[in-house]
Amino acid sequence: MKNSYVSRLAIFCAILIATAMSSGTASAAGEVNLYSERQPFLMAPLLDAFSKETGIKVNMVYIKKGMLERLKAEGMNSPADMVLTADIGNLNNLVTAGLMQPTRSDKLSANIPANLRHPDGLWYGLTTRARIIYAHKDRVKPGEVTRYEDLAAPHMKGRVCTRSGKHVYNVSLLASIIDAKGEAKATEWAKGVKANLARKPQGNDRAQVKAVFQGECDVAIGNTYYMGKMQTNEKKPEQKQWAAAVNLIFPNQSDRGAHVNVSGAAVTKSAKNKDNAIRLVEFLTSDAAQKIYAEGNFEYPVKKGVALHPLVASWGTFKSDKAMLSNVAAQRKLATRIMDRVRFDN
Amino acid sequence: MTATTTAKMADGANRVSLSWFNGWTIGTVLVAMIAVLPIAAVVYISMTPSDDIWQHLVDTVLGLYISTTLYLMIGVGLGTLVIGVSTAWLVSMCRFPGKRIFEWALLLPMAMPAYVIAYLYTDILEYAGPVQAMLRDIFGWTTKREYWFPEIRSLGGAISMLTLVLYPYVYLLSRAAFMEQSVCVLEASRVLGRGPVRSFFSVALPLARPSIIIGISLVLMETLNDFGTVDFFAVSTFTLGIYDVWLNMNNVAGAAQLALVLLAFVSVLVLSERFARRKKKFHHTTTTYRALPGYLLQGRAKTLAILACALPVLFGFVLPAGVLASYSVIHFDVAMNTDFLDHAFNSLMLSSLAAGLAVAIGIFMAYGVRLRNERLLKVMVRLASLGYAIPGAVLAVGVLVTLGTIDNGIDGFMRQTFNISTGLLLSGTIAAVTFGYLVRFLALSFGSIEASLGKITPSMDGAARSLGHGAFSTLQKVHLPMIRGAILTASMMVFVDCMKELPLTVILRPFNFHTLATFVHQYASDEQLGEASLAALSIVGFGILPVIILSLAISRSRPGHEQGDEA
Repeated sequence: MKNSYVSRLAIFCAILIATAMSSGTASAAGEVNLYSERQPFLMAPLLDAFSKETGIKVNMVYIKKGMLERLKAEGMNSPADMVLTADIGNLNNLVTAGLMQPTRSDKLSANIPANLRHPDGLWYGLTTRARIIYAHKDRVKPGEVTRYEDLAAPHMKGRVCTRSGKHVYNVSLLASIIDAKGEAKATEWAKGVKANLARKPQGNDRAQVKAVFQGECDVAIGNTYYMGKMQTNEKKPEQKQWAAAVNLIFPNQSDRGAHVNVSGAAVTKSAKNKDNAIRLVEFLTSDAAQKIYAEGNFEYPVKKGVALHPLVASWGTFKSDKAMLSNVAAQRKLATRIMDRVRFDN
Repeated sequence: MTATTTAKMADGANRVSLSWFNGWTIGTVLVAMIAVLPIAAVVYISMTPSDDIWQHLVDTVLGLYISTTLYLMIGVGLGTLVIGVSTAWLVSMCRFPGKRIFEWALLLPMAMPAYVIAYLYTDILEYAGPVQAMLRDIFGWTTKREYWFPEIRSLGGAISMLTLVLYPYVYLLSRAAFMEQSVCVLEASRVLGRGPVRSFFSVALPLARPSIIIGISLVLMETLNDFGTVDFFAVSTFTLGIYDVWLNMNNVAGAAQLALVLLAFVSVLVLSERFARRKKKFHHTTTTYRALPGYLLQGRAKTLAILACALPVLFGFVLPAGVLASYSVIHFDVAMNTDFLDHAFNSLMLSSLAAGLAVAIGIFMAYGVRLRNERLLKVMVRLASLGYAIPGAVLAVGVLVTLGTIDNGIDGFMRQTFNISTGLLLSGTIAAVTFGYLVRFLALSFGSIEASLGKITPSMDGAARSLGHGAFSTLQKVHLPMIRGAILTASMMVFVDCMKELPLTVILRPFNFHTLATFVHQYASDEQLGEASLAALSIVGFGILPVIILSLAISRSRPGHEQGDEA
């Protein structure tokens, strides 16, 4: 037995390597290859519908960190035709790194409002979500909180909950404040919110609403779609109670509007299936796909005329911050530094 | 330190004259060089032009990152040391009820990914969880402000979670070391009138030191690598800072610089330990091995021993696995709708492949160094096992750059010369993922095999060689049988770690490719662990099998114990 120990190990490895090598990458015609920051379980219904309609197969890698580095390292030989991101910041980084290519499509120009796409077609917004305030129904008096600035006001001391200040959503929110009011005011705001926190930043947006429900804090910052996800959660019905405990406040309705972010798509410079990629982006902004987005994930469709999910519609209409998203994205680096300076998370 | 550790062989006794052009030597250098490439790539990335992050970090959060990380390392290091070594000693050297079960059960938490256990304990221990709800019921409290309860999402919480899942590394290695110890030294200790406790501190512990240190250093590197737990608990560690600089400041060069500082810090730690025991040799003086009867524990000692072994298993495995199981019943439809079996196959295939290769390469390198104790060779293999001390995602970028450069280089050459494009041959394939695993986990296999080889006295080599056996034949006939335990340990550690591995798999994988871990990740990243509970449970389940097999094999591998001898 001992004599064959090494040779057996060698054979074993050889077989496994052969198995491993036989399943390589695919990039034949009639396909489109996707690097996606959005979860496969979210995208599956949309991509399946696309394949059914067009016969084009969609291959996908779900990759959150390191997408930019992977595209860079693979260079012009990269099999990826298109990327999907969950935030403007990452879209902007990919564009700035020169990894995306400009595309033109009349359909896309018609489907997507101009402020939600790059002027040269370097990226396209697919859905929007607002970053809003969840306020306890009883403990927060009407009019007590109407603006992001109120979260930093003295009367909110010990009443605010939020996830990490370093999370992309909070970084983008702060970036939008820098864009609107400048670095000094934004720093003051971050300092003020930090001073008002009921607890050290932790958990995700949903966990903040839970904390409001439990009485740890009175207001929380969160994205709109979490409300829908909680209101309809049959698997964890306790989340319906959390949602029932709060009112949604769309901030800054009397001035610049609520901060919105986009989930978006862009076509890579290396795309071998460029036409298919554009078709997919077009499909994702079509009525049918926008409806799936709206209903499946409680997001706001970018396309005018697509019905909102009834729950989302019940939250009412709101004024959104019309700042150019690429300008907001450009402030993210500074926003991250401000979070460090005020030691937001500690 | 006792006299027993001084079986100092005259330096150079094991030098069998070999030329530099020997296959082993060249092979070892080559393999090590390939494994070093991604680490070299990280160094390269760190030197690419970028914004200077240092001034900003020094002014703001660097001090905090460092102190938090040190506290975390000290906490987890001490926690795993105490739990790992004490339980290993109890099950190897003492007799008490349940000992045979604890032998393998103590390894079970190893299969539990740290971020999964962190999610589960948050569910159990937070304000809305069953524990606090029960306390409120009993004492009639109604709000959070009326009582104090430890906050799970804290540095202390992170230390507890990591300790619970990482102590098996120390347990595994120190148990193997205790079992390899010659009975003679322990009998000598007994004859000199030392009881279990004093024998442990004056003989067994010092003799097991190299293995324990390896166990602790593995634990600390895993701790430094952890992102999931500290991110979830919002504990500002150095590693969290690396990701922050990379992703939020879009500064991969800065992140690589931070990662290298971390690496330098780890290297200094490891080197100083090596320096501290440089003159000591730890091979056994005699080859007399017999089954130890073991100290029979009674009364209070028995109860304490049972508790000491039961609690880590209970909190590190039984409780979290039970919660996972209950979730997966609720979410069974979601879990089973997906290509669950496909994911499980991918996980098993990749992990076995990586474990097999890591062990083969580990043996090759460790023996290569033993054959030719050259400084250059030693430096090379040390460098090759540094991948373990670099955060997984940063290492993944190193692998991306390495493979991308190779692929695009070949493609460019082929285009120029033959006008054929070969495209990307390695990038985005399973081979890339496997390569990433190897670079990351080589330290695991190399470390335990090297430690075990080091305990074989060089006179063994001399005897075999003088009887006419070549280097390879000596390895096969003499060393491999003797280090079987370490080989099994190494393959299991790599296997289980690959089953849990996340960042390398996510970043390097091909299209439409999922493992159980990446499947869990897509839900867990949205704090929806319920949907992924079946997959999470299977990571644990498939991880357990080799753990149990290994544990039985280790029991049998104990020198002086024949199969069934212990029955």
